[in-house]
Amino acid sequence: MRVSLFITCYNDSLFPKTGQAVVSILEKLGHEIEFRSEQTCCGQAHWNTGYLQEAIPVIRKFVHTYLDAECVVAPSSSCISMMRDHYLKAAHLANDAKLAEDIQSLLPRVFEFTEFLTNKLGVEDVGAVYPHRVTYHTSCHSERSLHLGDGPVRLLKNVQGLQLMNIESPEECCGFGGTFAVKNFDVSSAMLSEKVRTVLNTGAEVVTAVDNSCLMHIFGSLHRQRTLVKAAHIAEILASTGGAE
Amino acid sequence: MSPSANTTWTGRNFPDAAHEMLANSQIRRNVRNATNIIQTKRGKVVRELPDWEKLREAGAALRAHTLEHLDHYLTQFETACTKAGGIVHWAEDSAEAQQIVLSLLKEKGVNEVVKIKSMTTEEIHLNATLEAAGIHAIETDLAELIIQLGEDRPSHIVVPALHKNRQQVREIFSRKMNLPNLSDKPEELTGAARSYLRQKFLTVPVAISGANFLVAENGAVCIVESEGNGRMCLTLPKTLISVAGIDKIIPRFQDLEVLLQTLPRSATGERMNPYNSLWTGTHPGDGPEEFHVILVDNGRSRILADKEARQTLQCIRCAACVNACPVYHQTGGHAYDSVYAGPIGAILTPQLADLHAGRSLPYASSLCGACYQACPVKINIPEILIHLRSKIVQQDQKTLGGVFGIWNLGMQAARIAFEHTILFTTGQKLGRIGQKLLVSKDGFIEWLPSIGGGWTKTRDLPAIPSQTFREWWAKREETRKK
Repeated sequence: MRVSLFITCYNDSLFPKTGQAVVSILEKLGHEIEFRSEQTCCGQAHWNTGYLQEAIPVIRKFVHTYLDAECVVAPSSSCISMMRDHYLKAAHLANDAKLAEDIQSLLPRVFEFTEFLTNKLGVEDVGAVYPHRVTYHTSCHSERSLHLGDGPVRLLKNVQGLQLMNIESPEECCGFGGTFAVKNFDVSSAMLSEKVRTVLNTGAEVVTAVDNSCLMHIFGSLHRQRTLVKAAHIAEILASTGGAE
Repeated sequence: MSPSANTTWTGRNFPDAAHEMLANSQIRRNVRNATNIIQTKRGKVVRELPDWEKLREAGAALRAHTLEHLDHYLTQFETACTKAGGIVHWAEDSAEAQQIVLSLLKEKGVNEVVKIKSMTTEEIHLNATLEAAGIHAIETDLAELIIQLGEDRPSHIVVPALHKNRQQVREIFSRKMNLPNLSDKPEELTGAARSYLRQKFLTVPVAISGANFLVAENGAVCIVESEGNGRMCLTLPKTLISVAGIDKIIPRFQDLEVLLQTLPRSATGERMNPYNSLWTGTHPGDGPEEFHVILVDNGRSRILADKEARQTLQCIRCAACVNACPVYHQTGGHAYDSVYAGPIGAILTPQLADLHAGRSLPYASSLCGACYQACPVKINIPEILIHLRSKIVQQDQKTLGGVFGIWNLGMQAARIAFEHTILFTTGQKLGRIGQKLLVSKDGFIEWLPSIGGGWTKTRDLPAIPSQTFREWWAKREETRKK
């Protein structure tokens, strides 16, 4: 399959290793990866902050970039939920029937990375080796918008050497919420300390998720507190072959 | 007793009020314990229903249908209620509702009324209005009584004194009821409230209630409660005045089949409320001799006219969204500084105030979606929060301060960069240069100026690495071609 990678704006800028991991896994599974260099953002930051009119051209650019792709994969559930939950509404707001039609044609071919593995390809064991204690944070969008269920956990359970540590209230938000983390930094930080406490209680060496946004937030506190717990996107764990990280 | 500073809502900025609440570890502990207990009970009674999702859908459908035809069902209710001996009043806003209640009470010449817990009377600030007119309203719901005697404000739609533990309740009761030897045993506390209230039920001639549902087809009013004190108010006084938002209508008696399954499960984690009262008009020798219903609009028609936000009015005030909300878990209800707290308050309050108040509330959410998932009538609260944010953004963009504010400038710049890839990649490169002075040895930013400082107050931020993904990809492609 020819897979078009939508790396997402923040993974491109801050977490290139996640993209590299996605490329290595999908190539190992025999797929061809393309990277359309005109890509930027899905429009989520604008939309969720209430800048709906400003999000429309960004959405339009995404749709035009990928309209003829065989399939699109992004290592971020929140970006995919932005598309599934809000793109059609944006097209209606823009009063653009053609855009709505294009969105309806494109979205069935767009997948979150782990969803692509488990649901589209039917792969649950990618042959990874990762001899560490890992805890999985269920990100809000992966659970309540994409309904990924235990897909990501099944992938992790098949990683050789990986010891999955159960976390208390796995589905409770870490407090990131995009601009919420800045506009309401006190509340966001309070939510985060709760999440960090539960992460530390697991005894895991690594916390993982399908979204680097949550991980950036959680690790931001783990790093500030000088704990030794690391954060790694699930793709980086699934791409690991057990060598030095 | 005049309303103290504690008992009035001032509509403060959420981040400021939240900052204060977060420093109150006692309240946070109480809120955490109480929401945990309700959440656990709710989970248990929801999971035992195999058709829970279907009940949610049915509830959403019947509430949405009612709102589509609200004018029809309201007049149907008026006709049926009048025919059964009730008297229906219409109030456009809280001032009009207050006046109707006041003139009814003046007509009766009373200086005391008993009250059943009611959010709508909170919304129209009825108690303060009555006090100012020399009429004392006695709250008979145990939790509301705690709030009233403690000169406090409710912090939760269903469990208004959720932020109080029993040691605090003991202190209030012992001080206000003059019971120095009162212990903090629940039995003794409820016993004290019982003796205090029983006297009032038997002597006060007028009761004021809210309503959970108004049934259009037969003019019935429905109230569900846990203690039976409501039942006392509904049956003992000679005159009963029920104040209800126009959104409380349901078309048919049979619709209770759905809502009386989902409401108690969602609200208190019970299969059924201990007391379910339903009455139509008046009946000689049985219950109140005079029955008034005041139908309050107070901004609801405006919400109804906004198609994007109309579903707000589907709410049945169960507070499942409040108990599920991770923001509320941290701050409790007072941070919202409004009658309605939690996610539903964050969408309802600013709309009732036509965005003249509560403008910080639509931002008081990480959009995690736990509220939507819990809602028994499927109100898509995150979607409405975004809709309200967009209205606020558009209002702000009409002012100079809004246009040149840091958020608008930042969002416009980001929009242009996302539209033009070359600007986006240039931004990445400039960011890499610009961050140099801020990056620590191990590649993290520990301090940021301006709005970024909110992030770095408690969190480090990863720096832009030496190679972005697209730079790595371009290099790989180049190597492959060779």
